[in-house]
Amino acid sequence: MQPLLAQTAQAIAASAGQAVAHGAGGGHGAAEGPIVAVAPTVEATSLLAVVILLPLLGAALNGFLGKRLGTQGVNLVGCGTVALSALLSWKLVLDLVQLSGPGHAAGGNFGLHQNLFPWIHVGSFQADFALWLDPLAAVMLLVVTNVGFLIHLYSIGYMKGDPGYARFFAYLNLFLFSMLCLVLGDNLLVLFLGWEGVGLCSYLLIGFWFEDRANARAGKKAFVTNRVGDFGFALGMMMLFAVFGTLEPQAINQALAVPQGSLPATVPLWTLEAAALLLFVGACGKSAQIPLYIWLPDAMAGPTPVSALIHAATMVTAGVYMVARLNGVFFHAEFACYVVIVVGASTALLAATIGLVQNDIKKVLAYSTVSQLGFMFVAMGAGAWAVGVFHLMTHAFFKACLFLGSGSVILAMHHEQDMRFYGGLKRFMPTTHWTFLFATLAIAGIFPFAGFFSKDEILWNAIASQRGGTLIYAVVLLAAFCTAFYMFRILWMTFWGEHRGVPEGHGHDHGAESADDDHHHHAHGDPQESPWTMTVPLMVLGVLSLVGGFLGVPAVLGGHFGFPNLLHDWLHPVFQYSTVALDPTMAHNHAMEYGLMALSLGVAGLSIFLTWLLWGGGKDALRDIFAEKSPWLHDLLWNKWYVDELYESVLLKPLVFVSREVLWRIVDEVIIDGLVNGVASFCKQAADKMGRAQDGDVGNYATIMVAGMVVLLLVIVGFGVGT
Amino acid sequence: MDSLPLLTIVTFLPLVGGLLLFAVPKGAEGAVRWVALATAVLGFVVSLPLLGYDGVAAGMQFAENYAWIPTWGLTWHLGIDGISVWLVMLTTFLGPIVILGAWDSVSRRHTEFFFHLLALQTAMLGAFVAQNLAVFYVFWELMLIPMFFLIGIWGGKERLYATLKFVLYTVFGSMLMLVAIFYLYWLHHEQAVAGLLGPAAALSPWSLEFTDLYRVQMGADVQAWLFLAFALAFAVKVPMFPLHTWLPDAHVQAPTAGSVVLAGVLLKMGTYGFLRLGMPLFPAAVAEWAWVILVLAVVGIVYGALVAMIQPDMKKLVAYSSVSHMGYIMLGIFVLNPQGVEGGILQMLNHGISTGALFLLVGVLYDRTHTRRIWDFGGLAKVMPIYTTVFIVVALSSAGLPGTNGFVGEFLTLLGAFQWGHEAFAQTGSFWSSYGYVVVAATGVVLGAVYLLWMIERVFFGPILQSRWLGLKDLSAREGLVFAPLLLMIFWMGLYPKPFIDKMEPTVEAWIEQIRAGEKKAASLPQGFGSPANPSGELHSRLAASGDAQSEGSEGGGD
Repeated sequence: MQPLLAQTAQAIAASAGQAVAHGAGGGHGAAEGPIVAVAPTVEATSLLAVVILLPLLGAALNGFLGKRLGTQGVNLVGCGTVALSALLSWKLVLDLVQLSGPGHAAGGNFGLHQNLFPWIHVGSFQADFALWLDPLAAVMLLVVTNVGFLIHLYSIGYMKGDPGYARFFAYLNLFLFSMLCLVLGDNLLVLFLGWEGVGLCSYLLIGFWFEDRANARAGKKAFVTNRVGDFGFALGMMMLFAVFGTLEPQAINQALAVPQGSLPATVPLWTLEAAALLLFVGACGKSAQIPLYIWLPDAMAGPTPVSALIHAATMVTAGVYMVARLNGVFFHAEFACYVVIVVGASTALLAATIGLVQNDIKKVLAYSTVSQLGFMFVAMGAGAWAVGVFHLMTHAFFKACLFLGSGSVILAMHHEQDMRFYGGLKRFMPTTHWTFLFATLAIAGIFPFAGFFSKDEILWNAIASQRGGTLIYAVVLLAAFCTAFYMFRILWMTFWGEHRGVPEGHGHDHGAESADDDHHHHAHGDPQESPWTMTVPLMVLGVLSLVGGFLGVPAVLGGHFGFPNLLHDWLHPVFQYSTVALDPTMAHNHAMEYGLMALSLGVAGLSIFLTWLLWGGGKDALRDIFAEKSPWLHDLLWNKWYVDELYESVLLKPLVFVSREVLWRIVDEVIIDGLVNGVASFCKQAADKMGRAQDGDVGNYATIMVAGMVVLLLVIVGFGVGT
Repeated sequence: MDSLPLLTIVTFLPLVGGLLLFAVPKGAEGAVRWVALATAVLGFVVSLPLLGYDGVAAGMQFAENYAWIPTWGLTWHLGIDGISVWLVMLTTFLGPIVILGAWDSVSRRHTEFFFHLLALQTAMLGAFVAQNLAVFYVFWELMLIPMFFLIGIWGGKERLYATLKFVLYTVFGSMLMLVAIFYLYWLHHEQAVAGLLGPAAALSPWSLEFTDLYRVQMGADVQAWLFLAFALAFAVKVPMFPLHTWLPDAHVQAPTAGSVVLAGVLLKMGTYGFLRLGMPLFPAAVAEWAWVILVLAVVGIVYGALVAMIQPDMKKLVAYSSVSHMGYIMLGIFVLNPQGVEGGILQMLNHGISTGALFLLVGVLYDRTHTRRIWDFGGLAKVMPIYTTVFIVVALSSAGLPGTNGFVGEFLTLLGAFQWGHEAFAQTGSFWSSYGYVVVAATGVVLGAVYLLWMIERVFFGPILQSRWLGLKDLSAREGLVFAPLLLMIFWMGLYPKPFIDKMEPTVEAWIEQIRAGEKKAASLPQGFGSPANPSGELHSRLAASGDAQSEGSEGGGD
């Protein structure tokens, strides 16, 4: 990367000459020793570009020639390019594993690098279009390309017959290209290109069925809210450049690979705090955290595969990834991390409470995503980067599965999304049901499903990290309680119990009319299971929801059986100098860790039991108790804490009002133009009057001339005296 | 000198072609536009060798210097550096596009219309290549005339008010500048005669050469007054808040071609004026008063965006967005670091391309529907998919999406402003007079997305509310030809801006150096140096001789 900078960092680290405990995240064995930041091992490759360019090629082909290719052609191009990209990414990750072997990486980070072309070089600012694959990027790469491929495959069934079929796949491929730029960007500018690119694709795909203005509006809301985040991201980037003179996370992390509190003099702590806070504003936009989460629930206006791919599995986790990428900055920026953990925990709880009462199946899942992203940020705020990335990965599996499952249901129910018209679908769509159940168990944190491992590590870090605390833990635990509740509520309302069905004449306007038309060809009989293109991805993701957690078995569970924490070990080179140590009183308290694990399982169990009481026991009356006894609370949750209304009346309306009535109507049209027109009409009148003055009376002329000369003389003398 | 006078040819070729239009026999209106197009294409082709500008060597190249009225210091001196080469290329590049864009939309007096367009091009090119203030001023004023007619004859309903407002605003600025020019002319003479400017200048004391005038010595206070006069003229053209209200009117009333040239090139004349004259002539004034310009630039960014947001008319919306975008350029060039200045220059090109394209797009829709009211539309994406795609791409480039040209310029100007703020903060410790500028300016990035996407949503998405739009035709082949080069430039400059940056960088670095040096030099001169009462510092040298001079006096006198 930048060897010079790496050397400086090493020199700094060496001169600090202090020992630091590192790599202690999540109860992982802490090793003590003198810190010498080892420079990354870099190997050049030429395949990274192919990985990102394949989807771009697909987007171009489907975008320009989609109509001519026909459905099969579009499928082949759309899914084929992504499949190749996914295969290639496996090869690259295997290469990377080779690189990690003994004799190669001397304990430092390692990665594959490709410089495509110089992008922006101005003065000391040098940003190339370059790609970088290290263990962290590798995790994201595999998730993005493989989950991405499954969702492309699923879309073949879901989007069947849509008039914008080719356009859909073009956008989806373009999204994948942007997402890969984001993941593989060697510097923050390439990352930002992907960052805004995925935002654009999200905008296009949310508003995919643009004939409905509400969809277009939701897309715009997403883009604009993200732009608010990007405002912070851009300024944060500039701060980093001003301090480090580079935008390469590798170089920045390397320069910061020193113990907390021993930063070099050239890097004042406040600049890191400011940069971290600004970057976190960006993360709040992209990853839907308070106060910028409001776009994500509306984003459900897009087709369901989009919700699964973009608004659950990949794009929305970009904020988490970015924080992980810049772990060195957040490691030192302790205050910023407190902000991150508080925002994360608050978002986790707030969104989960809203999810409790929503009836639109996708809305529940959307709030669930917001909430789960909050969980991830709790891990990031605690400085347990690997834990956050672990949950990012398991979440990608089970949330994609849940969204695709909901899409399968929505298709079977002819685009009805209100769960009150569902019920008893288990009988009609067994595959969808079972995979959905697996994913639900995973997100609820039931052993041994994927979410159990990742969520429990977050809970553990929330209380055991030096940056965590009991209150944070309590809030996150409560959010976990809500999670199990709203997820099992979906199961009861959708798959279990009696099938209620859509009453005749019930109008629904979800999705495009054209898409509906096609689906209306199905007889309005019993709901049917979806075709294989949709169920196969469901099954794969369902299985991953079950086994995905074993990649990150915590030491306290696996250690006794010699079962390694694969993910932590894999990510160790990336985070080794920056992982925040656990509170020393907690770090080796295994009893406590077991106890908390049991507690969270108990909480989830209680929550599931409650849903059984309310829906399973057939006690309809109980269900309404909540709404009857405390209608204000129900209304508050139902109306999503009135946050949209608050923004509307406090921010948007005043801004539009001031712009129109004050800036335009008064400043522009009255004050400035008034002045301009006033001067003009004054000149006109003066000209009329002066014209009359030229009446040929020589005496008048002489008087005026003399007066003028006197004034002129005074001015000249005055100027002269003034100097 | 003995080589081909390329710049003269590039400059006058459009005018010659314009005059040829009148030779086209009556009744052959169709031929007029072909001749005009051929002229503009030829103009572009002829300007291509200018890309051979050697970026590494920097400095003025392709120079031509012919004596005109030597005793008065008037010379026909042309040349381009790494900055003006791109503005010349922008002008010749947009030439054919504008003419092709106006192909069918001129309803009367074809010959004159195209003549004015071509004459305007000559005037703009002349101003960009001039190296003598007299030449510059003549072309500067010449631009006004064709524009006056373009709006006044082929404009909308209130074209007379708009065109008068445009001319009066501009003339008001130019008059002050003219006075300042005369003053500089006289001052150069005084100082040359007094021997302050070296032996060569003493031989020909009357000069309006840029390079001679840069050497005129003035105290900071004298510079401030002259800077004010120049800055007003340029600020009107940019236009900077609060001198911008002519722009929306002019744009709304102007025919599409007029708007494109106005936004694409004419506004750049203001920022170019600052780069070429306002700043290097009066560096001390820049050092002292840059904060005023920066404040106005930042206010313009936010103000223009906010007012653009609530415009009911598409063209007016784009016009106000120009106010916002030009604010970025001013911000960039006044922070005086490579990122800011080069970002500002790139943004000049980007704005010419993207905003020019936006005006063309609005024109395409207006030609078909005879309305520009945003609420009249809705759902056009259904009937005009290609047009919609082009519109969205151009709008996103205007909003600075990475991968498009707008991002490179916007990001670099903001980065430059941030660097500047970072350094200022280290000195002053005050947030608002350091980072404050870039923080406020960056909100324009958010607002840019708001006004453009809101317009797109209302025009292109949702159901088609009026049945008369059902039969709207998508882009024709000719229109496709208009937009293809613009789209190419949007992505080229967004993904590989290196060739553009490489050619301008040495020039910009030398330019910054020149201003910094001039600033230091002026700081060594006492107040009032160069004033009417003390043009050549005699007062100062007398004081120095008598030993009363201040400590800074010793180095102030000579060159």
